[in-house]
Formats: sequence, C-alpha cells, structure tokens
Amino acid sequence: MTALPLLLLAVLFITAAIAGIVGPWRQQAAFAVALAGAGGAFALAVAGLVVVLTDGTIIHELGGWPPPIGIEYVLDPLASYMTLVITGIGLITLIFPTRAGFDATPPRRMPLYPLVLLLLAGLLGVVMAGDLFNLFVFLEIYAIATYALIGLGGARATFAAFRYLIFGTLGSMLYLLGVGFLYLTTGSLNMTDVAAQLTGIADSPTVAAAFALIVIGLALKMALFPLHVWLPEAHSFAPPAVAALLAAVQVKAAAYALVRILLSVAPPELLDGAVTATSAVGWFGAAGIVFGSVMAILQRDFKRMLAYSTVAQLGFIGLGIGLANEQGLTGALLHVLNHAVMKSALFLVAGSILAQTGIREIPRFAGLARRMPLTMFAAALAAASMVGVPPTAGFWSKFYLLWGSVEAGNWAFVVIIMASTLLTAGYFVRVFQQVMTFDPAEEAVANAVEPAPQYLAPVAVLGAGVVVIGLGNFAIVSGVLEPVTAALLPL
Amino acid sequence: MAELLFDRTVYVGVMVLLAIGLYGMLAKRNLVKKLVGMVIFQTAIYLFFIQGAAQMGATVPVIEEELGTAADTYVNPLPHLLILTALVVGVGVLGVALSFLLRIYRRHGTFDEDEIAAQLAAEPIEGHRVDDHGADHGADHDAADPEEPRS
Repeated sequence: MTALPLLLLAVLFITAAIAGIVGPWRQQAAFAVALAGAGGAFALAVAGLVVVLTDGTIIHELGGWPPPIGIEYVLDPLASYMTLVITGIGLITLIFPTRAGFDATPPRRMPLYPLVLLLLAGLLGVVMAGDLFNLFVFLEIYAIATYALIGLGGARATFAAFRYLIFGTLGSMLYLLGVGFLYLTTGSLNMTDVAAQLTGIADSPTVAAAFALIVIGLALKMALFPLHVWLPEAHSFAPPAVAALLAAVQVKAAAYALVRILLSVAPPELLDGAVTATSAVGWFGAAGIVFGSVMAILQRDFKRMLAYSTVAQLGFIGLGIGLANEQGLTGALLHVLNHAVMKSALFLVAGSILAQTGIREIPRFAGLARRMPLTMFAAALAAASMVGVPPTAGFWSKFYLLWGSVEAGNWAFVVIIMASTLLTAGYFVRVFQQVMTFDPAEEAVANAVEPAPQYLAPVAVLGAGVVVIGLGNFAIVSGVLEPVTAALLPL
Repeated sequence: MAELLFDRTVYVGVMVLLAIGLYGMLAKRNLVKKLVGMVIFQTAIYLFFIQGAAQMGATVPVIEEELGTAADTYVNPLPHLLILTALVVGVGVLGVALSFLLRIYRRHGTFDEDEIAAQLAAEPIEGHRVDDHGADHGADHDAADPEEPRS
C-alpha cells in the first residue's frame, strides 16, 4: 500500500504520454485515454483518502532509501484531501467539450489531453512531495503544462501566457532561492528533517530570508494580491475548460505548498513576533478580497469578472492561513474545495454561453435564463454559494473563517468577510439581473438553446456538488479536516 | 582571509546577476529582453547553489582509499545534482517561452509589449460560436472547415 503515492503519479504520467502519442491519430482516442487516466487517479485518490483516514499517513520512500537521504512522498490527511479535490475536478472538467468557447477558431488538433494529464500529475506531485526540491520540480512541471494550455486559446491567450510564464518562473525561482538558503543552513531538503534542524537556529537572518523568499515565490504562483497581476489576463483568455481547471485547482497547489511550508516546516519561533509570515499572508489576503471583488464589479466581460473573483476568493484562503488557528485553517481548506467546485462550474457556464451565443459581455446576457434554464440554474447555485447563502458550500467556509477571525480577536477581518459578502453579491446581481429579469434582446440569445448533454453534465454535477457539499459539510469537517488541522497546528 | 573574500565576491556577483535579471524581467518592454532577464535570473540561482557546494582543496565525491571517508575532503555532490535537474526544467520553460515568442512575432510582427497590447486592444473580442455538432471532444472535422494554413 505504500506505493500508492507513486502509483497516482505513474497513472497520470503514463496516460499523458499515451494521450500525446495517440492524439495526432485520433482525438477521440486521446479523450478516452485522458478519461481513463483521470478516472484511475480519482479512484486511487478516493482509496488513498479512505486508507489514510483509517490507517494513518502513507509514506513512500523512493528506491527504499530512508529520508533524510532519500526522497519521500507523503500522503497524509491534508495531501489526500487535496489529491481528491484535484483529481475530482480534473475528471469533471475533462468531460466538458474542449473546442467550446474559444475566442478564435480553435486549432484543428491540439495537445489538450496530454497537457491536462501532465498538469494534474504536476499538481499531485506538489501535494505529495515530502521534499522541498521535489516540490520545486513539480511546481515547474505543472507550470509548463499550464503555460501551454493557456497558450491554446488564441492570440490574446498566447500573449497572456507569455506574461504569466515570466511571472510564474520568477515565483518558482524565488522559491528555489529560498530553498537554497535553507539547504545551505540546514544541510537537508526533507521537510520533516529541515523542520527538526531549524529548531535551534530559527532566529538567524538567513532562515528569515529563506522563508521570506519562499513565501513571496509561492504567493506569486498562488496569485495572492498584490502579486495577482498575471491571473486576470491568463484566466480570462484561456479556453473555458482550461480556465475552470486553472481557477479550481491549479492556483490552489501553491496555496497548499504555502500552508505546508508555513505551518509544518517553518519553526514556530518565526511565527511568534508582531509581524509574521502568516499574518502578512493573512493581511494581503484580506486586501485581495476587497480589491478582487471591487475589480470584479467593474468588469464587463464575464470571464474576466470570474478571474477577478478568483483573486478575491484566493484572498479568503490567504486570510485563513493568516489566522493560523483551527477554525481559520478549516475555513481556508474548506474554501479550497468549495471554490474549486463553484468557480469551475461558473467557468464552464461561461464556456457554454460562449459556445451557444458567442457572447462574453455581461450587458448582452439579457434573457439567457429563458433560453438556457438548466445551465443558468446551475450558475445561480454556484453564484449563491460564492456569495455565501446558507445551505450552500460557500456559506460554511465563510462561517469558519468568520469564527476563526472572532476567535483570533481580529475584528478587521470580521468586517472584511462580512463586507465581501455584499461585494460578491454585487457582481453576481449584475449578471443575474440581466440573465433572469430581461427578455432576450439579441438575436444570438433569442436563438440560443440549452447546450448538448456533454456541456450540461459537468455543469450539473458541479452545481449539485455545491449543494451536496454544503449539506454534507459537517461530515467533511469532522471526518477529514479535523485530523488535518490537528496535525498542522501545534497545540 | 583571501578564501573568505573569494566566497563573498561570488555571492555579490550572484546578487548583481539577480538584480539585472529582475530588472530585465520587470522593467523592459521588449518580450525577448524579458526572457533574457528571466534566464539571467535563473542562471544566478544556479550559480548560487554551485557556489554553496564549493569547497577548497576537496576532490570529486568518489571515495578513495588514501583519503578515507572524512566528509571535508570531498565536494558535496547534491547541489550539482539539484542544479542539473533545475537546468533541465529551465530548458523546458525556455522552450515553451521561445515557441510563444515565435507565435507572437508571426501574429504581431513585433516584440514590443505595449504595441502588442495596443494591437490586441484594437481587435474586437468575439466569442467563437460552435454549431451543435462541431463541439465534440476535440473531434477532427477533417473534411469540413478548411482552416487557414498553419504559418
């Protein structure tokens, strides 16, 4: 059973290679291979979560070399929770038609399936790496796949992807420099070993600089305000199915790395002072919530609005990390799942609208609910969750974040979370006012019909998921997230 | 003392390279220069790791009988291996970046960031509407739409 982490990676890497080979021959075959790969990884992730929760953490020592000399892959409760989210969303977005909703005519053949599998493999690697340098390598693997995927979306997307490539590489390189500082100080790269070595020398400026570099590098990859500059362009011009995957899981991998490194590698002494790495992440997250929401309200373009909304929602995750208490962390990790489900649903809806009508601008959406009721119903569910309407998933992550803020006595965060609800409602009300209250004004809308089942199915699954996760919230928190926070936070 | 100074010089050099790279990436408006800045930044970090492994008077990390197994007689091989991996990753990123530049240049005829942005802003954003059959899973409609030739 200890080979499970490696098996997860092997399934995705091998199917990525096969999909790359058969793709030029038949796209349908590549699609089948991709479904098999993502489905297999999803099944393994489910098995992994069950095993980890009953029998404890799975550690795979690569080649039988014990750490700190050898490389290890760790599947602990947090990692297995993340693998489940990543493979689940990956599987659902793969079902959505890939040629839908491009800005330009999509290229006749494109290597989308191998790249998606490579992206998922990189993300899983980041989540399971027990070693700081391996984490860097996987950060770059998923980043390369992401650049190529964004670049598929046409001229604008290529330009956005190039700019993202510069920023993304800067982020990973800053992370690598920080790891270099840590390695030269401690002589180790294994996360547990580095944490143990650091206990005596936490005060040294080298260690502080190392963590500063790592936090800035990962914040750049996670698009935490004010390092989000690459995200709106990249996410709004990527093909919708790709954008859904990126907003849902890709940016979360860096958030995960931040949680892991700040809470289980960084020495607690480093987190004790007045201005600490975690509190800085929290405050930048809070600023990101306000900035992202306001920018989202100002957008005309639906996908761009969703991209700015991602900046805001990532702020919630940063805020939860910043609180660094049980409720705050629960809220942040719950929001990783919730935001993944609702934002991918909304991006797929944006893709369906584009495919059926070719319209991106919100003011031209008038009357869509009459023509595409099921799609718009799912969108409304996801939007309600984003605002935080009680039975839906989004309510619970905000609830835990609010609870955590009160617990920490941080009233500024309380005000920001409450205000964010109004701001989020602000930008979705604009959309749904057009969609629901007006009659179809444009010919494209008047002639639109409900999209084909392969569009509708993923959207419906995600829309239903928002409600199911909301209702089953206590099971997730008590079953999965309590062991996670207990392992991460010192008592 | 001379050794210490030698060490510091390299680190100062690394910091200068980092600064040059950062300047190139963030301040230059030419996309190629941005990429060059990125490569300089990466190289500086590789040098930082290699310098961290440097050890005066030590030899290659293959155990020799006359030297014994004392750690300070051998150079630490790990940073070299890490950088070898990082180099491979860096080449991958560079390849993707160059292919983007090629596509950008063919499309816009320039590498100037502002000019490309202006060109893109002038074009209307039109969504691509798919008919009911064309949206299958990346289906090749070979017979249908004669696509513009790949330039």
